[in-house]
Amino acid sequence: MNSGDTAWVLMSTASVLLMTIPGLAFFYGGLVRRKNVLSILMQCFIILCVISIQWVLFGYSLAFGPDFHGIIGNLNWAGLRGVGPLPNPDYAATIPHSVFMVFQMMFAVITPALIIGAYAERVKFPAFLLFTILWATFVYDPLAHWVWGTGGWMKNLGALDFAGGIVVHVSSGVSALVLAIMLGRRIGYNHKPIRPHNLPFTVLGGALLWFGWFGFNAGSALAADGIAANAFIATNTATAAAGLTWAAIEWWQNGVPTILGTVTGAVAGLVAITPACGFVNPMNAMLIGLMAAVICYLAVAVIKAKLGYDDALDAFGVHGVGGTVGTIATGIFAQKAINAAGNDGLLFGNVHQFLVQGFLVIVTVAFAAFMTFVIFKIVDAVIGMRVEEKNEIVGLDLTQQSEAAYTVIE
Amino acid sequence: MKLIIAIIQPHKLDSVKAALEDVDVNLMTVTNVLGQGRQKGLTEIYRGAKEAGGLLNKIRLDIAVNDDFVEPTIAAITKGAHTGDVGDGKIFVVDLAECVRISSAERGCAAIGG
Repeated sequence: MNSGDTAWVLMSTASVLLMTIPGLAFFYGGLVRRKNVLSILMQCFIILCVISIQWVLFGYSLAFGPDFHGIIGNLNWAGLRGVGPLPNPDYAATIPHSVFMVFQMMFAVITPALIIGAYAERVKFPAFLLFTILWATFVYDPLAHWVWGTGGWMKNLGALDFAGGIVVHVSSGVSALVLAIMLGRRIGYNHKPIRPHNLPFTVLGGALLWFGWFGFNAGSALAADGIAANAFIATNTATAAAGLTWAAIEWWQNGVPTILGTVTGAVAGLVAITPACGFVNPMNAMLIGLMAAVICYLAVAVIKAKLGYDDALDAFGVHGVGGTVGTIATGIFAQKAINAAGNDGLLFGNVHQFLVQGFLVIVTVAFAAFMTFVIFKIVDAVIGMRVEEKNEIVGLDLTQQSEAAYTVIE
Repeated sequence: MKLIIAIIQPHKLDSVKAALEDVDVNLMTVTNVLGQGRQKGLTEIYRGAKEAGGLLNKIRLDIAVNDDFVEPTIAAITKGAHTGDVGDGKIFVVDLAECVRISSAERGCAAIGG
């Protein structure tokens, strides 16, 4: 046991909480119309409540509990039975097992919250709740087990995913795309973004994401050591490069750089460096940030408009695409010289790692897409996913929550 | 000269604007307003306290036109804002005594158009 490691991971846990609320809540909340801002804040807030409970009751045990054939944990740790102050050396030898558990809880919370960006402004609240619980249980928990759980089949295959490129971003991003397509476009959406109602909120949220992401990425070292420091610096470098690159692309394409573009680029950089941060050096982190900005820009500004699906807040374009870029890039730029527990990537002569990363992305995309399709069908049959047209027009704040964010007159 | 005041659903602003541009009416003032008509407001709840029948968000357009633009303007707003449900809004037409363009000091009919 190491008190420095324990303190760092506890602080990182609080940082990752900050990413969901208020970080993501305000990042997304600013992007929607004024009649829907409370619906986004509510969805992010209640996900923290719901998944915290799910994780304690059975989620943690499914994801990290004793292995069942490499696919899922069993229920021996349900209700956190046996998850106490003693370390579990399989996961982290120097911190209490309970600290590892609560750190992972915050990852389980933010992942379904990322999906909100796809169905924003048109989902029924009870349907959203049921979808979230089913998705967390049948998509997130198994995936976390595959990649990070002891005995998980992707882990055994040699998957490199330092802080959640596959588990968090590819899974939520792909699910977001499937949902956006199945749910259909918002009323009035016509192949171009609907004007954000409060960009300062979005910038505030994006800035809090950047801050919290240090806990997400550097905290994933599960120790206050050199790997954590490497992850911290790689994260900041990739994010800066991505924000700058997105701004430069806009400057070149539209004649001006925008704050929304710069923040979006930074988030794409944060996403892409997530799987790689503990395995790559700072210069390669910079390259990953640059690649993420270029490819996510194409996804968001060009491909989405052409294909016409309404991924309202670009959950797929930023998280799905950025997560894929990062996961593949990890297979290119990872090096044992940075992290002996990792592996060398393509650039350092290890073609095998590159192929493993690509294979894992494909499996994850197929699994998340299929499961999301099934869960959507179930929830749609039981509750109905989409609000009635007249409620969508009036807005979700008034029709789903009976409250309004802003007054026009006192 | 007439002043046309239209109260419409907020999400119909884009289609009303497009319809007005089709009949060459390009100058307008737009404001956010609250209102209620036959479409009743929704109940709001704050810490358990219910407020029934709150007012609904609407958009108000103020458009000054010369007489031969009155009917095309009314037709364009109706076309752009119509759904057939209660809550589509209303159009009011009032006589306009004078109009002054501040930049040039032009008055009357010459000051109204684009």
